Amino acid sequence: MAKQYETVIGLEVHVELATATKIFCGCSTKFGAAPNTHTCPVCTGMPGSLPVLNKKVVEYALALGMAANCEINRYCRFDRKNYFYPDNPQNYQISQLYLPICHDGHLEITTENGKKTIRIHEMHMEEDAGKLIHDEWEDCSLVDYNRSGVPLIEIVSEPDMRTAQEVIAYLEKLRMICQYLGISDCKLQEGSMRADVNLSVREVGSDRMGTRTEMKNLNSFKAITHAIEGERERQIELLEEGKEVIQETRRWDDNKESSHAMRSKEDAKDYRYFPDPDLQPMQIPTEWMEQIRSRQPEFQEERAARYEEQYGLPAYDASILTQTKHMADMFEQTADLCGNPKKAANWLMGEGLRLLKEKGMEAEDMDFTPKHLADLIQAVEGGKINQANAKKVFAKILEDDVEPLAYMEKEGLLMVSDSGAIEGAVDQVLAENPKTVEEFHSGKEKVLGFLVGQVMKKMRGKADPGMVNELLRKKL
Amino acid sequence: MSERKIDEATMDNVEILAKLALTPQERQKAMDEMEKILTYVEKLNELDTDQAEPLVHILPEVNVFREDQVTNGDGRKDSLANAPKAKEDQYIVPKTV
Repeated sequence: MAKQYETVIGLEVHVELATATKIFCGCSTKFGAAPNTHTCPVCTGMPGSLPVLNKKVVEYALALGMAANCEINRYCRFDRKNYFYPDNPQNYQISQLYLPICHDGHLEITTENGKKTIRIHEMHMEEDAGKLIHDEWEDCSLVDYNRSGVPLIEIVSEPDMRTAQEVIAYLEKLRMICQYLGISDCKLQEGSMRADVNLSVREVGSDRMGTRTEMKNLNSFKAITHAIEGERERQIELLEEGKEVIQETRRWDDNKESSHAMRSKEDAKDYRYFPDPDLQPMQIPTEWMEQIRSRQPEFQEERAARYEEQYGLPAYDASILTQTKHMADMFEQTADLCGNPKKAANWLMGEGLRLLKEKGMEAEDMDFTPKHLADLIQAVEGGKINQANAKKVFAKILEDDVEPLAYMEKEGLLMVSDSGAIEGAVDQVLAENPKTVEEFHSGKEKVLGFLVGQVMKKMRGKADPGMVNELLRKKL
Repeated sequence: MSERKIDEATMDNVEILAKLALTPQERQKAMDEMEKILTYVEKLNELDTDQAEPLVHILPEVNVFREDQVTNGDGRKDSLANAPKAKEDQYIVPKTV
């Protein structure tokens, strides 16, 4: 009797661009400045001020559009989206409705169910709003316009996703592309990537769309997953009770782990868009398109394929190392410097990722000179340091970017290759273990291992085991 | 006059969108004036514009850009001079969640 329901999800993703200045004025976009220091008449909406478009925003939008297989509207322009809210000082947001810069693209995502294509409806450029903080003391709100006018690209997908897993895969893909392009760091927690989820349910097999709701304020993958599951349940429950889903905007509350409908006044969706008369249209020349196309980076898939081919890495390694451009760059430089790609991969993926996780850091935060890891790898391979000590050095490289050879020397971590010192230890061990020596001479070759161990212990692990073996045999 | 273009429901919506709270007299006056404006503008519908290219901008220029270089310094003092009320270098506005 139970009906089977299918979830239908489309996303509106906002990506904050990593330009030096705002979209329409020369104010800095630097994060974390004192309130309202990055403001001017343009981004505080003063009458008579004139917005002038930041060229880089267009370049970034074109690069992202091309990466997401979009058609480009070679002739495009800005429109005003009218609404009243204190974070929006002009009482309109400059955005694009009628002729967005990119449209009809697609991205391929991979989940445990295989590959799937998610279509992109359109992408447009727009400006961000200021930041509102509630003031408990005076029961009012405070506004900081530093973020007002920071450039955004909004990416609107088609309703092609069916599960939270697909949504996360899509967002990760988008984030990866933006990071490879260097156009945004896409951090959900910091708000440089924001996703609104449009969701409806329908009976499996139906080709009619159900009534959808839009969910806002989702700032982690966890929140997105929970919000999708919760909203699916809520809508199914309504339908099962014979009620209707109301088309509305709902706000996710991360503490309560539930969503509530925003008041209908806030949700009055009549933005009375019209072309912005302050901004000239854009006519994107062919040469500019070609220039941007020629500057496109090698993206993750191509890079992973090259690592398999050029460095002989297993597919798994190649895929992990290319998850972020930063990690891939670190790997590639290290591999080229030390001439041992497999070892470079092992260090970064093994100890590297383990230590990052331990410290709650991201791959982006891994910031050391690749030459230092390369030197360490060569030291290990050349028998200058043992594996256990090398791990200590690597942790120090990750932490303080120390120069490994100098550090090993200073901390006394280098292997002793001085045969005199090893010989001394060998003599000592032989003198201390006469019974074992006797056993060896009576044919019990196995005890040699024990003697090697004793010498290594005296040398605190810093002797070359081959050398110890050789010396022991000679002396015996 | 034919059917009203600005009926009560439309006016309700306009009040919400424009965040207006009007007295009945003000509301009636606004409705009458908006009705007149729309009737006046309706005259444009008499023109045949099928062959006309939509005019996006009255100036012919396209691609007016600036380079991505910071040209503005600390604008805090000048900006906040326009704030009716401020606290800790931020604008004070009615409570907004």
